[in-house]
Amino acid sequence: MLFTLILFRVLLSALTKYPVSRKGRKTRKTKLPLHKHTPSGKRGDDIRPKPPLHVTCSTWLLPESCEADVNTSENIMSLKKALSAASPLTLRIVAECPVTKARACDLILPHSAVSTPVFMPVGTQGTMKGITVDQLEGLGCQICLGNTYHLGMRPGPDLIEKANGLHGFMNWKRNLLTDSGGFQMVSLVKLSEVTEEGVKFKSPYDGKEILLSPEKSIDIQNSLGSDIMMQLDDVISSTLKGPRVEEAMHRSIRWLDRCIAANKNPDKQNLFAIIQGGLNVELRKACLDEMTQRDVPGFAIGGLSGGEEKNDFWRMVTLSTDHLPREKPRYLMGVGYPVDLVVCVALGCDMFDCVFPTRTARFGSALVPWGSLQIKHNQYAKDFQPIDPDCQCPTCFRHSRAYLHALFKSDTAATHHVTIHNIAYQLTLMLSVRRSIVEGRFPEFIQTFMKRMFPSRDQYPGWAVDALASVNVTLE
Amino acid sequence: MSNLPSVSQVTLSHIAEHQEALEEFKDGFRKFAGLHDTVLYCSLHDPATPCPTGHTTSKTVSVWGSGGRIELTVAKFMALQKTVQPDWYQSMADGETWPKNTSRKRVRKSVDRSLAHLDECLLVHHKSQELESVEVFGVVEGGDILEERLRSARETAKRPVAGFCLDGLQTGCMDQALRTQLITAVTTELPEDKPRLLQGVGRPDEVLACVEAGVDLFESFFPFQVTERGCALSFSFHISPELAVPALDEERDTAGEALQNGDLSLDDQTQMTSFEINLKDERYRDDFRPVVEGCGCYCCKNHQRAYLHHLLVTNEMLAGVLLMIHNTTHYHAFFGALREALANDEMDLLKRRVLGERKD
Repeated sequence: MLFTLILFRVLLSALTKYPVSRKGRKTRKTKLPLHKHTPSGKRGDDIRPKPPLHVTCSTWLLPESCEADVNTSENIMSLKKALSAASPLTLRIVAECPVTKARACDLILPHSAVSTPVFMPVGTQGTMKGITVDQLEGLGCQICLGNTYHLGMRPGPDLIEKANGLHGFMNWKRNLLTDSGGFQMVSLVKLSEVTEEGVKFKSPYDGKEILLSPEKSIDIQNSLGSDIMMQLDDVISSTLKGPRVEEAMHRSIRWLDRCIAANKNPDKQNLFAIIQGGLNVELRKACLDEMTQRDVPGFAIGGLSGGEEKNDFWRMVTLSTDHLPREKPRYLMGVGYPVDLVVCVALGCDMFDCVFPTRTARFGSALVPWGSLQIKHNQYAKDFQPIDPDCQCPTCFRHSRAYLHALFKSDTAATHHVTIHNIAYQLTLMLSVRRSIVEGRFPEFIQTFMKRMFPSRDQYPGWAVDALASVNVTLE
Repeated sequence: MSNLPSVSQVTLSHIAEHQEALEEFKDGFRKFAGLHDTVLYCSLHDPATPCPTGHTTSKTVSVWGSGGRIELTVAKFMALQKTVQPDWYQSMADGETWPKNTSRKRVRKSVDRSLAHLDECLLVHHKSQELESVEVFGVVEGGDILEERLRSARETAKRPVAGFCLDGLQTGCMDQALRTQLITAVTTELPEDKPRLLQGVGRPDEVLACVEAGVDLFESFFPFQVTERGCALSFSFHISPELAVPALDEERDTAGEALQNGDLSLDDQTQMTSFEINLKDERYRDDFRPVVEGCGCYCCKNHQRAYLHHLLVTNEMLAGVLLMIHNTTHYHAFFGALREALANDEMDLLKRRVLGERKD
């Protein structure tokens, strides 16, 4: 791993072979009498650890499914060629769970095919917090997020367009999804004002007043060149009640239409609608009725995952998937924790994004099937196993908890190792979910998953029990 | 990264606080850290971080870990070496002669103490089973006083050590002319068939001078320091005309002020040198070239200056990752060129290339 060298930051150059000639002195040959090590490879050996299964397809973590998916990818690519003229997005439903509402699909996008259910890591400013695009690709990531607000500020859409879009700028060859900038406008900026025109706010970098309208958001996203763009929606807090919720819902519909009209690249970039309506059943339904009348390639379920009660959360999710078309992807924004992912797949969602795994890694929290390990805690100082003995990621392949614990005291490389592990964990989880759906055993998977995650049945979160019961899974 | 040197360095500054965990681990530091197959050298201090002074005694030296100062006696020092199990380590030494105006008396003490520590270390070393296949490097001290340097060198050479560390000559504590003079004198007293490792010197111009004075091994902290200030090494070291890149000279001249050796005090090691470019500068905002044209490193093969600029401006961690990859690769390619120049007797050409119009 590169970072083990960065760890101690100092390497030593050996001048071993050649005589040192000095004026007027005889030359001397130096041979280090020390070299007891005979490196196993040649001098130029690549020191990156090779994971035990070195395959290049997106499912390197699970060898059996890789074979199946290689065949599928071939089918997908020929399918893609046939359909690419027609639309920049094709959804092929591979399997549907007969018990729950879960589906396993192949989502074919301009840059590559994506297996769903999929977790999309968030690379806010055109980078995945310290991870190179090679590493991200090696983990099997097929699609990740960039952030329109941040990138629109720095370095700005014009520069990125000059760099051949965000793909060219960050050198990411697979798919990108950009959000509209709406969420940041509201969550990050104090003095923002929402009008019918758009969202007015003061830039934190130079104090200038900026208007983010649907047209402007799509314009920036067109410059970024993402494979999936999100409409600008009127974002409100998920715990807000009252007439503002209805106003925001209706406005989001109007803004959706403006976004559709503003999209300069409908043949290359997919615009997703975002269902709003807060926690109100009628408003959600009204929004669903309206938005599903627009011919967009996919739908996101928005306005959730913002601190509302979990009981309200899952009901809105399942209500939404009930009314969204079967043949289009459903993207649940801002989710999330492993349990949430599994449950929401059962409720019919295909795509997810969340900063959680990458953010929590920087705090030293490593995700495991039975919860999480706080690596910085003293109990791991002498724990010489890897984070998860069953995990195949590069971090678990090479490093122990004790080493990472020590590393956290001196080097940021520690956060990179844990970030890689956490992304690997989430991606592997989704692959396992997908496989179980394809093999017709998703309900059993859910049971095993929950048993591993919680010490006992009475610790299962109530909302999860209810949500799963609503799709015919009674937790044992 | 490929083509890395065969030796890696670790320092007791980082390791000392983890002694307990390492003792329980038993299998040595290389395995603990998941390091690739590498020769391991264990130094006392981290050359990239100057230490506070005033804590060295006749029986102890101190290192600074994440939790503060850790005092080391020879016993503790050797206990640590047993847990690390490097291929070689520098013996415990008193190197606190680098501050300006260190008295002659103080310098003499550092030489005496370092010899005493060396003798004690060797005693423990030869009794210890864990250190059976490990070697010791003696440390030559003596500040900036020629007689003390010679005395230290002669005495250290009498001991059964596998090589020599030259301490107290770090960048910033003396000008290169004096450093060259001292090293040249010291190496006369040292056996021809044992390596000489110079601590704390890494700048390309200083490296060239010290190699001519007789040094074999250098610590690679310089690329790290360059990375920390958001800069990228860009100086040219290619002698053959096809590989020379003229654009770089122009950049180097405008990039930073030309620094004379010895202008830097120890504190100013963070200052940019003329061997690098500052990617945070506005001019790189829309520069879509790689950091160094023709550099085969991951950073230059995959990314552009404009992207690095963006990462630096937005304080993204990837900036450090990519820059470290580039700077390390560039630096070690320089050493490759240096070895080749020595073999082909082309040192003058190399010096002219690296140092440009500077006077030597």
